[in-house]
Amino acid sequence: MSLVRARGLDVLIAAALLSMPFWMAAIGGYTELATRVLVMGLAAMSLNFLLGFTGVLSFGHAAYFGLGAYGAAMAIKYLEAGTIPAIAFGVAAATVAAAIIGALIVRRRGVYFAMVTIAFGQVFYFLAFRWNSVTGGDDGLTGWHRQPLDLGFATLDIFRNDKAFYYFVLVVFALCVAAMAQLIASPFGRTLLAIRENERRARFLGVPIENRIWLSFVISCFFVSAAGALYALLNNFTDPRALRFDLSGNLVIMAVMGGMRSFWGPLIGAGIFVALQDYVSSHTQNWMSVIGLVFVLVVRFFPRGVLGALRRGRPA
Amino acid sequence: MTLLLVDRLSKRFGSLVAIDEVSLAVEPGELRAIIGPNGAGKTTFFNLVSGLFPPSSGSVRFEGEEITNLTVEERVRRGMARTFQITEVFPELTVADNLRVAVELARGYGLSPWIGRAARRKIGTEIDELLATGDLAGKRHVLVGALSHGDQRAVEIMMALALKPRLLMLDEPTAGMGDQETYDIVRLVRRLHRRQGFTIMLIEHDMRVVFNLADKIMVLAEGRVLAEGTPKEIAANEAVQAAYLGETAR
Repeated sequence: MSLVRARGLDVLIAAALLSMPFWMAAIGGYTELATRVLVMGLAAMSLNFLLGFTGVLSFGHAAYFGLGAYGAAMAIKYLEAGTIPAIAFGVAAATVAAAIIGALIVRRRGVYFAMVTIAFGQVFYFLAFRWNSVTGGDDGLTGWHRQPLDLGFATLDIFRNDKAFYYFVLVVFALCVAAMAQLIASPFGRTLLAIRENERRARFLGVPIENRIWLSFVISCFFVSAAGALYALLNNFTDPRALRFDLSGNLVIMAVMGGMRSFWGPLIGAGIFVALQDYVSSHTQNWMSVIGLVFVLVVRFFPRGVLGALRRGRPA
Repeated sequence: MTLLLVDRLSKRFGSLVAIDEVSLAVEPGELRAIIGPNGAGKTTFFNLVSGLFPPSSGSVRFEGEEITNLTVEERVRRGMARTFQITEVFPELTVADNLRVAVELARGYGLSPWIGRAARRKIGTEIDELLATGDLAGKRHVLVGALSHGDQRAVEIMMALALKPRLLMLDEPTAGMGDQETYDIVRLVRRLHRRQGFTIMLIEHDMRVVFNLADKIMVLAEGRVLAEGTPKEIAANEAVQAAYLGETAR
């Protein structure tokens, strides 16, 4: 039945993620790095909902990632919101923006679509960069931190306890990923695959193409903004770089490197990217050139990405 | 009631008149062939009727209703389905999933974020029927991109069929095929027409195919209707012979 996933891989990934804080130190990492893998993994998988499963390339997803980040940060700083309402606020702001902008750009195709997503993305970047009094400008939004999580019967101190925060992020990650998996495996998801595979055929089966691409774009931005909100909480800080187009590019690199035709590929890509970034940047400022080299090698030798290469021959 | 009524349809691309005042009536249950030399405007005519682009003038009526300016999706909803000269399928999905997409859309599940067990079973049955009709039962788990040209064409026709169309439009269904594949497709089309009662309008290059299948033939040349009639009448028509059959009869 499963169109895009293998059951065994699901179990393997779940086990790896559940135990990650405990083996991360053994391979030279730390809990916060593990959390960053989750957050960027969620962002890359969200982008891939649109890129890999609808066949539409966006180079502007950082805008919605950043709106989620700023929304959550501002809700905590200015409205004294709790953790969950802050995330909800960030996600709502980004999703509304995505719905409006999506409606304006959905008629563009291919590289033209990618270009307008960059253009709209940069609007938000400059807004965050310039509007000092609200966003903190180039210095970023400081003077706030994530709040302990009130569960009703107990309080989880996700602020001071790294591992508690990791598992909180893992829960949000799991909810988002499960929702995306369900959508992709549903009839709705199959119409998106159909659009990716052959827009003309999909249209002549009665699919209103533009409306479905718009929906896919908004759904994708919804989940990427959840990742953005978590990212702000992780750092207790956000700055305009969370909105800038190089982050959009990095998300695309993660998805392509890991394998954009496989469900978990972007998570693997994000893991490689975040780990490389962490290790290499402690030795040289030019860490991006190393990632660039790895990316070139992956694309050269595994054109379907790391996970795509491991699962060759299967309908992924 | 006449199923498809085309009235003085024209299409101009700049100064080129691709379709010039073409009129046509297709009755329910009919198998209509459209033939003509290369560049006669056959595919353009199909594109106008199926809504790929709008005509410059003239009208199209379907089941008595004006559809000249409707979108492709609206025409599909009213019961038009078509295939293309260059097969349009979903190459990286399996045969079964190609058909599943079509069946789910036809049954109105296109927006459903989940689907119940009972509905899934019904859809599964329908997929099995389509696989059997298209002689594809042994290939259900094969990626369509890996199939032979003839089988891909069969998948495309089965997807169109999944919509249970009132009018099935086939654009050169045997284009680029070998003898055996051509024979298989002809047999399939005849079965759909004779046994399942589908109304079919097809464009064809291969004269053996046309004279074998069609109830009625329309001959296009340079965007205009050159002749219309039964296969016998067309074969005897001197204008047609001069313009078309004379050079390509085999």
